[in-house]
Amino acid sequence: MADMKYTQEHEWIRIEGDTGTIGISAYAQEQLGDVVFVDVPQAGRKVAKGDSVAVVESVKAASDIYAPASGEVIEANAALADTPGDINVEPMGKGWFFKMKLADKSELDGLMDQAAYDAFVKSLG
Amino acid sequence: MDRSQGRSGGIASGSSVEAATFTGNRALQIEEPLIFEMGQPGRTGVDLPEPPKVKDRLNGLRRGGEIGLPGLSEPQVVQHYTRLSQKNYAIDMGVYPLGSCTMKHNPRINEKVARFAGIGDLHPLQPVSTVQGALELIDCLAHWLKTLTGMPAVAMSPAAGAHGEMCGMMAIAAALESRGERARRKTVLAPESAHGTNPATAAALGFTVKPIPANESGRVDLGALKAALGPDVAAIMLTNPNTCGLFESEIIEISKAVHAAGAYFYCDGANFNAIVGRVRPGDLGVDCMHINLHKTFSTPHGGGGPGAGPVVLSAALAPYAPYPWIVQDGDKWRIAEDGAAVDGQPLGRLKAFHGQMGMFTRALAYIMSHGADGLKQVAEDAVLSANYVMAALKDTMTPAFDGPCMHEALFDDTFLKDTGVSTLDFAKAMIDEGYHPMTMYFPLVVHGAMLIEPTESQAKEDLDQFIGALKSLAERAKSGTAAEAFKAAPLYAPRRRLDETLAARKPILRWRPSNNPPSVDPMKQAAE
Amino acid sequence: MRYLPLTDADRRDMLGVIGVKSVDELFRDVPQSARLGGKIAGLPDHLGELEVERAFQAYAAKNVSSSVAPFFIGAGAYRHHVPATVDYMIQRGEFLTSYTPYQPEITQGTLQYLFEFQTQVTLLTGMEVANASMYDGSTGTSEAVLMANRVTRRSKALLSGGLNPQYRRIVETTAHWQGFKAVSGKPDAEGLEDLIAAVDKETSCVVVQNPSFFGHVRDFGKLAEACHAAGALLIVVVTEVVSLGLLKPPGEMGADIVVCEGQSIGNGLGFGGPYVGLFATRDKYMRQMPGRLVGETVDADGKRGFVLTLSTREQHIRREKATSNICTNAGLCALAFTVHLTLLGEAGFRRLAEINHTKAAQLADKVSALPGVKVLNDSFFNEFTISLGKPAAPVVEALAARRILGGVPASRLLPDDKSVENLLLLAATETATDEGMAALVAGLKEVL
Repeated sequence: MADMKYTQEHEWIRIEGDTGTIGISAYAQEQLGDVVFVDVPQAGRKVAKGDSVAVVESVKAASDIYAPASGEVIEANAALADTPGDINVEPMGKGWFFKMKLADKSELDGLMDQAAYDAFVKSLG
Repeated sequence: MDRSQGRSGGIASGSSVEAATFTGNRALQIEEPLIFEMGQPGRTGVDLPEPPKVKDRLNGLRRGGEIGLPGLSEPQVVQHYTRLSQKNYAIDMGVYPLGSCTMKHNPRINEKVARFAGIGDLHPLQPVSTVQGALELIDCLAHWLKTLTGMPAVAMSPAAGAHGEMCGMMAIAAALESRGERARRKTVLAPESAHGTNPATAAALGFTVKPIPANESGRVDLGALKAALGPDVAAIMLTNPNTCGLFESEIIEISKAVHAAGAYFYCDGANFNAIVGRVRPGDLGVDCMHINLHKTFSTPHGGGGPGAGPVVLSAALAPYAPYPWIVQDGDKWRIAEDGAAVDGQPLGRLKAFHGQMGMFTRALAYIMSHGADGLKQVAEDAVLSANYVMAALKDTMTPAFDGPCMHEALFDDTFLKDTGVSTLDFAKAMIDEGYHPMTMYFPLVVHGAMLIEPTESQAKEDLDQFIGALKSLAERAKSGTAAEAFKAAPLYAPRRRLDETLAARKPILRWRPSNNPPSVDPMKQAAE
Repeated sequence: MRYLPLTDADRRDMLGVIGVKSVDELFRDVPQSARLGGKIAGLPDHLGELEVERAFQAYAAKNVSSSVAPFFIGAGAYRHHVPATVDYMIQRGEFLTSYTPYQPEITQGTLQYLFEFQTQVTLLTGMEVANASMYDGSTGTSEAVLMANRVTRRSKALLSGGLNPQYRRIVETTAHWQGFKAVSGKPDAEGLEDLIAAVDKETSCVVVQNPSFFGHVRDFGKLAEACHAAGALLIVVVTEVVSLGLLKPPGEMGADIVVCEGQSIGNGLGFGGPYVGLFATRDKYMRQMPGRLVGETVDADGKRGFVLTLSTREQHIRREKATSNICTNAGLCALAFTVHLTLLGEAGFRRLAEINHTKAAQLADKVSALPGVKVLNDSFFNEFTISLGKPAAPVVEALAARRILGGVPASRLLPDDKSVENLLLLAATETATDEGMAALVAGLKEVL
């Protein structure tokens, strides 16, 4: 059973075993507007929790994507290069950014679950 | 020739039948292809003699193949660029209230003198004995800039405001280096409302930018600033009047606190037009400030440049001014260029040659035309006009802050709340009224910001019409029934809203023969 | 005052609407101690247009116009004939007094010419993508090195001894204050420098100039290969853009970034500025470019139009993470460039380059016949270096006294290097005449 968590930066991470898949939330894509460009990390890259590892851009805004945990990137969503709009259409689905092997799952303990994240978004108005 | 078609992917609107013309033109609005779609082999716009044959000295590197430049005759070139010019809004056409850009009148005498033989056609490396007048001219402008700002030195070479900002921040880094404190002082403080160049410049020089919050009146929170000042702080970067169009009333306390903490005060001089002749930044404790000659001193903006960004420096920073500068020896002038023996420790060189001479000439012509008496009037009229616009619109639109503004009136989008009309829609509707929109969504600290800078160049009756147009638009927006119409604006411009998402997703940054889809019959398309 | 439309009556009315008695009240936020009472002392009052014109005529009279003297100065700025059409076009108010095209619906004129400009730059340089211009070639070179550092994530630039010494010092200044390493070669007057062995795994880029500061024309294909093998970029600088009408373009040599000073096309000498920097690179580095970019798109009716694009690289969005702090380009100088190059077209541009080369070849043959003069170049475009057997600076002054503007002594840009003291750079463009060349040769004969 996959476990879904969220960061304060509006990223989600789906945890399956010691693998995490990372993307941005529906709320985040709405704030950005039409996504025009994504820079995803290459497989094999070692990352530390909090590192800026990817970039997502709309016409008028750019946001960094931070690693929610330490580990190694194992796959990037290459399709986003041609169809960055996937992030707007299916932010939680085919708009995923990258998958990583998690070094220490306890790093994820502080993240929000679905209910907590929904409340967080609501609090932002 | 098909003049209207280019990149595919757009949706043809259901434009009404009367809009269709055979050519796609609409009277004075003439559709214009790219030069690459117009050229024919055998056409040329110049007549150059065939040179005599000589043995070439090209080391076997003669260019082969076609370059791919189109051939056009002179009348075609004149028509092409004339038609393009007619798709532009410009200061010469009317109110151009683009906040923080100071779109004032650009006098033509400036253009004339900049082109004089003996000024416009000098080579920068002519022997100095043959350019004495040019050096005297630069020195004269430097004298004006120093006197108007109350500062002892000026670096003339920076090519634009952002370049001047880099120069000023390098001078601060140089001063810290000579104090042995560069490694320790790594923090630069800047208000949240700062121009984007400020953090970009500071970061490029290895400083970490720490934002300083504003207080309720839209000015720097002095308490927060004092709390942030410490032995790690290199400088504060502050725009004054600030980007909200307000004078920083506690500026002297700010500069005292900054200096007491051993840091420097960089002033972004983008808004100098509001105070020229009335306030000298030197009296405010500023250590360096760039001056955008294309703003305060009327050199033309030229579609985005060229600019010029001389930087005035305090006594503390003057020794670090970059090469070159002009030196007067008796009745002769010379240029201190790289390697020249000097007392100070020049921070290096920022630009080839001696700066933007063409801009210096224009700015000096403007300054001479106004004189010390007229420049003061410039600031007063600019401030008066902005306050007039603010006062006339304060009940219809929503000013972001109370009290008098300086040369710009800042509104937020509260008056558009729940209308379905955004700041962007409102701005685009201004285009159909014949105006260039104001600056939008800047400063970032104000929601849906609209920053209006009328400048001193508009007659009262033109300001009144402008105010009338904005009132009418605001009332239409508030009626709650016009959101669709606003979203469709502009309707009467050479182009309707452009698809920026498409442009950024699949960038086409140059013409290629394959850019063009198969030709579409414009008549047929219009009828569809 | 002729530029100020408000009358005293207008001002009174406006103050009434605002609800204040005097304009001084609007300045009430200015601290008392910083308010200037009267006029600023020591500055004159305003002048009429006639008086302004006279003042500038007086300045002009103290200079020697390049159009009245035999003229052979280059070294990074070149005297060319600019067609009258160019100056007419750039003085149209719709171009002159417009700003950065933030509102594309009403600035298609600027956007389209910049798109044409970008295309022309890619064609001349043989590159894939170009921006909407830089301040000039010298600052563009520094931006190119910063870009190479971003692309390679390295921080050591190798600067050729053939690079214009002022360009070199600008990169060195940037390196010092922005924290990277710039390693400069010795002045390469003979054109024999080989940088291949110096390229290593720390090198972010190698910066060469073609033709070099001393005029030599080189093929950098092998150097490009060495750079790429080491993971570095090759930056080729061109300070005389007319040379691209005759010479193999840097793109064909394997350059990764090309920077040109575009002054020669459309822009007068102007005592050093404003000029226009051309900046081109490969598609794969597009998003690492500094400066503004114009892209093609469509409007709501499906009509082709142009917009500023990829703006997320820039300071107003990215702030401290921007690729550069640049906002301004050289818009109007880019227009001058584009109009002039459009007038020239393929045939005219090639012809112009051919004439330049021919004139310089004729001049080189003439001066090499003078006793004590040695031409250092086997290859050149429209500028070459001669050795005089005595310091060149006084020779140039002596020529100036005879109203001949006879080149640039290398010591003007390399004051600390004794090895170049006797060297003189001579340039000849299409503006050089047989009479002018004869005057220079006669002058040199007298003063040498």
